[in-house]
Amino acid sequence: MRRITFMQAINEALAQEMERDPTVVVFGEDNAGGAGAPGEDDAWGGVMGVTKGLYHSFPGRVLDTPISESAFIGAAAGAACSGLRPVAELMFVDFMGVCFDQIFNQAAKFRYMFGGKARTPMVIRTMYGAGIRAAGQHSQSLYPIFTHIPGLKVAIPSSPYDAKGLMIQAIRDDDPVIFFENKVLYAVEGEVPEESYTVPFGEANFVREGDDVTIVAIGRMVSFAEQAAEELAGDGIECEILDPRTTSPLDEESIYESVENTGRLVVVDESNPRCSLASDIAALVAQNCFEDLKAAPKMVTAPHTPPPFSPTLEDAYVPDPERIAAAAREVVEGAGARA
Amino acid sequence: MSGIVKLGMPKWGLSMTEGQLVRWLVEEGAELKPGDEVAEAESEKINGTVEAPAAGVLRRRVAREGEVIPVGGLLGVIADPAVPEGEIDSFIEEFQATFVPGEAGEEAGPEPQTVEVGGRSIRYLKHGEGEETAILLHGFGGDLNNWLFNQEVLADGRAVYALDFPGHGGSTKEVEGTLDELAGVVSGFMDALGIERAHLVGHSMGGAVAATLALARPERVASLVLIASAGLGPEINEEYIRGFIAAGRRKEMKSVLQLLFADPDLVTRQLVNDVLKYKRLDGVDEALKKLAGGIFPGGRQANVLTSRLTESEVPILVIWGDKDAILPPEHAAELSGRAPAEVLEGRGHMVQMEAAGEVNRLIEDFIGGLE
Repeated sequence: MRRITFMQAINEALAQEMERDPTVVVFGEDNAGGAGAPGEDDAWGGVMGVTKGLYHSFPGRVLDTPISESAFIGAAAGAACSGLRPVAELMFVDFMGVCFDQIFNQAAKFRYMFGGKARTPMVIRTMYGAGIRAAGQHSQSLYPIFTHIPGLKVAIPSSPYDAKGLMIQAIRDDDPVIFFENKVLYAVEGEVPEESYTVPFGEANFVREGDDVTIVAIGRMVSFAEQAAEELAGDGIECEILDPRTTSPLDEESIYESVENTGRLVVVDESNPRCSLASDIAALVAQNCFEDLKAAPKMVTAPHTPPPFSPTLEDAYVPDPERIAAAAREVVEGAGARA
Repeated sequence: MSGIVKLGMPKWGLSMTEGQLVRWLVEEGAELKPGDEVAEAESEKINGTVEAPAAGVLRRRVAREGEVIPVGGLLGVIADPAVPEGEIDSFIEEFQATFVPGEAGEEAGPEPQTVEVGGRSIRYLKHGEGEETAILLHGFGGDLNNWLFNQEVLADGRAVYALDFPGHGGSTKEVEGTLDELAGVVSGFMDALGIERAHLVGHSMGGAVAATLALARPERVASLVLIASAGLGPEINEEYIRGFIAAGRRKEMKSVLQLLFADPDLVTRQLVNDVLKYKRLDGVDEALKKLAGGIFPGGRQANVLTSRLTESEVPILVIWGDKDAILPPEHAAELSGRAPAEVLEGRGHMVQMEAAGEVNRLIEDFIGGLE
């Protein structure tokens, strides 16, 4: 099958949905890119080039916005309520704080507070994650905050296939979706069908099957977990890797199904450890699978610090395959493990 | 070292580079005929059986149960009882010293292609060359991969095509949903590729399509192999058709797909995922609903072709599994007196996968006999 990059997969999802549905519009900082400069209108396509090429294919439906996140995220919420399906790009999730009212108090609440009479089919695309030396204000993994808010859906693709399918699902969904793109994954290639397709929300992907330990990993961490599992397989430890794909809704059932079989859990989460996806999933498993557990669940996360600017420290900050493998060994063989 | 035959890890499909030996089915020292089931193996996508490539005694089980072996790698050794132990040992030693994993796996083989038929893009895979041609036609919701264990084997000395019907696999998803339409796609496919006449091997709905074409255009159909075929009676498991269309999640899909096999363990997580990926393509849901409405309306088969097939002159072979939960095995007898019917014990609807070796031999003997 054809292979394209994670970035191309998102671009293709946007293009196909814009083609299919005239109410889909795209806007954000530099999404059109340098508008007013003849011949170079789509020179940018967003800060990383994800929307490149759409401006000319869909005249009038790809808009640049001022550097005013609270204004254009509010505009997206309003547009969604009045008949459009906006996909707004908020460059880095680190900047989301200036529009929490629009997201938490408005978009997430419309359907609930208007008695189910309002729909808010909007998508906010945003980059997250460390790894490009962009320091503390451009490198955070803030998806736990949005997962916490009822009324929002949160998608975090780990592969080009999932990126395209989850994006199409996000655009067709009638609720606000925060779509997290790990900037380090943009260049990753994978098999992606040319046709349009969806990946449903709330269904985890069994990336690898195994009987000894369940590793739940999110976004970029999935490929790290795969590397760890490969190494552990050499020593006879078989890992089962689950990628939740969406953290809201969360496919709890598949996680429990796996842990009931393996009896051991490692959660890998690039965000800070307190009130994180890792702590949430570990707590859910502790509550719901206590009888099955042969060892205390382990979390592999970033430390409780901002992402450092120093390359050496940044590399040490992000969970890596070695730390994942060590955690898996610990729950299988270590002092914490029960026979 | 003549008379020593390698039992190797088979290659099932393009992407397979290695497989796990699940278990041995025979002991060392067992006497084998070609095609005897020797071991169970599992690729990322599918479970299957490894068959003896030649007659002889299984002298050595080299691979351990649970071991992962590259495609073409050594599972065991078959040889005449007269071959001395020392020769077997040096055969194994030499093989292991010179075998380069990956070579066999990278020997990619043919890849699927597409051809335009009546304004629609039809995906197909071709194996082999020869004067005679066979075309493999999958069932409702299937695709050309349903012939994973059959196509290459049957392509020894003849050209064998497997195609995806509209609404399926990698073909255009628009479909009206009648047997006549699908039979027209097959004859259009033959026109496009310059195939005048072919043996048609159809599974389930594909069998009814093959039969429809044989009745409409007998000059183009050399023979019919009808495997667990539709078109031989009105009954069909409506629950399966409805369930397949409705299933959107892994769990529902798994229990629906398990109806297809006598051995439910053959439905791996990967198989379920692949079917779900197909079902989530735009247009598939609508295509399946149209096909079900046109060919199996109200949970009955709209076209029963038994009497017309009985009157026709095309050579026919019928193959069924006696544990078929989709189309009743009793339908195998509907052409009795007119066509031989082979009902395989302990096999389900996907009999060409579950009993690949046996089905391949039956088809080979039948088609080969006509050629």
